[in-house]
Amino acid sequence: MTTTTALATAPPAGLPAGAVAPVPLTRLTLVELRKLADTRAGMWLLIVIGVATAATSAIVLGWAEASGQTFGALYGFGLLPSSVLLPVLGILSVTSEWSQRTALATFTLVPARGRVLAAKVSAGVLIAIGSAAATAVWAAAANLLAIALGGDGTWTMDSSLIWQSLLLQVIFVLMGVGFGALLLNTPLAIVIFFALPTVWTILGETISGLRDVAAWLDINVTSQALGQPDMASGEWARLGVSTALWVLLPLLLGTVRVLRREVS
Amino acid sequence: MIEVRNLTKTYGAQRAVDDVSFTCEPGTVTGFLGPNGAGKSTTMRMICGLTPPTSGRATVGGVPYQRLGSPGRHVGVLLDASAQHAGRTGREVLALAAMTMGLDTARVPERLARVGLTGAAPKRRVRAYSLGMRQRLGLAYAMIGDPAVLILDEPANGLDPEGIHWMRGLLRDFADRGGTVLLSSHLLREVEVIADRLVVIGSGRILTQGDKKDLLGAAGTLVRTTDPAALAALLQRMGITGTPSVDGSVLVPSDPQTIGQAAAAAGVVLLELRPAGAGGLEEMFLRLTAGSDFEGAAR
Repeated sequence: MTTTTALATAPPAGLPAGAVAPVPLTRLTLVELRKLADTRAGMWLLIVIGVATAATSAIVLGWAEASGQTFGALYGFGLLPSSVLLPVLGILSVTSEWSQRTALATFTLVPARGRVLAAKVSAGVLIAIGSAAATAVWAAAANLLAIALGGDGTWTMDSSLIWQSLLLQVIFVLMGVGFGALLLNTPLAIVIFFALPTVWTILGETISGLRDVAAWLDINVTSQALGQPDMASGEWARLGVSTALWVLLPLLLGTVRVLRREVS
Repeated sequence: MIEVRNLTKTYGAQRAVDDVSFTCEPGTVTGFLGPNGAGKSTTMRMICGLTPPTSGRATVGGVPYQRLGSPGRHVGVLLDASAQHAGRTGREVLALAAMTMGLDTARVPERLARVGLTGAAPKRRVRAYSLGMRQRLGLAYAMIGDPAVLILDEPANGLDPEGIHWMRGLLRDFADRGGTVLLSSHLLREVEVIADRLVVIGSGRILTQGDKKDLLGAAGTLVRTTDPAALAALLQRMGITGTPSVDGSVLVPSDPQTIGQAAAAAGVVLLELRPAGAGGLEEMFLRLTAGSDFEGAAR
């Protein structure tokens, strides 16, 4: 960034200051958030997530035992649709730039490609948190209904579960962004995103020699601990290692790929 | 102001762009001419930092494009009108650009109207746009940050005759108010009317460049000989660079009398010696680019 600051202090003649200063990351993040929802595909994905989340509450209210109709159950089950589908939005946010060729326009307006990717990561984190918050509000409303309908309606939930559920959402959205950046191809990234960890899980369960490794590297297994209150330090360590493999590594390699790839 | 210095891009063994240099001054329209695959788009992508050059450099406003934090406020770019998300509305495409540059999105409807996208068009998705409408949207996109420089790749593509006429007026007016325009085309006629300067490229190399008036006036002399090597040696002694054509003739930037006398003195047999003609520019363009078609299109 030293070059930019040097330029900012002494802009060449005729260059407006607005053209020299980098676009603030907050503004870029807002743009990326908006881009998640302003296409037909993105909008429908969000609508589907909303409807499916509403359906989870309906299922709990309609079919669960009265004792199981608690805020914690409604919230936990309600996060399922977004934890599965929000990563697809994360994938699309990167891959659509290449499949729809908008990268050309995006990177001519913001040549610092790393900043665009950073904004996509921030937008992914924000939409994950936002969806969890919306699910909590919805679950609360459903819990009120449960109380009215004679359900258990317990409000208490272990506070650790709030942070852990947020983390779960964020991890999977960023995994989507990472896979998108690494593969830069929508159908491929979606298929690999869903298939590869599952294949790994199956391999880990069938091949005895892999079982110990899978306990550390299978994100489907390690992330299950996030659903239980008060994770142990060993569980955190396993989650950290598998997250490094499935989230950080794709993000890192994907960033290198996006920075290097010729845009045409 | 755009400065291109010795830009070269190689893909494997192939030189898509070979040592290209030119300058676009404020207040002028520069026509970047060449057949398909001559290296126009690759050169423009290198100017805009989308393709890393193998060697050489390009600056816009004295600065490499990548060092502009928010280039849209200084340089408007339209490289491919079809490269917009099909699922976004035209209005949304411009709104995103305005937001990115930190501009009020309230200017969007007026900017769309300025390029003739009115009525239902702004609310329709780009998928439903014709190529001409996409070009108009692309022009609005390039100009929304009120830039001083415009870089446009084949902007007349898909526009109807009325649209081309309109675009010429728009760009002429932009340049007359001090703007710098670089626009590419594979059709001479498209840029002949509007360009002040021409840069002609073929097979990745600059074939000729200069003021349109000079190029039109001095299309040169067409020379055909039985002994090309002797003619080349003669021209070299005279300090003149001839441009060989695939049909064996050579376009020489000199008058017929000078060449004829020199050839007679040197004993070089001439088969043909005539002024390149009043329609010289087109002839020159065709001659210069003949044979270079599609050579660079493999990319």
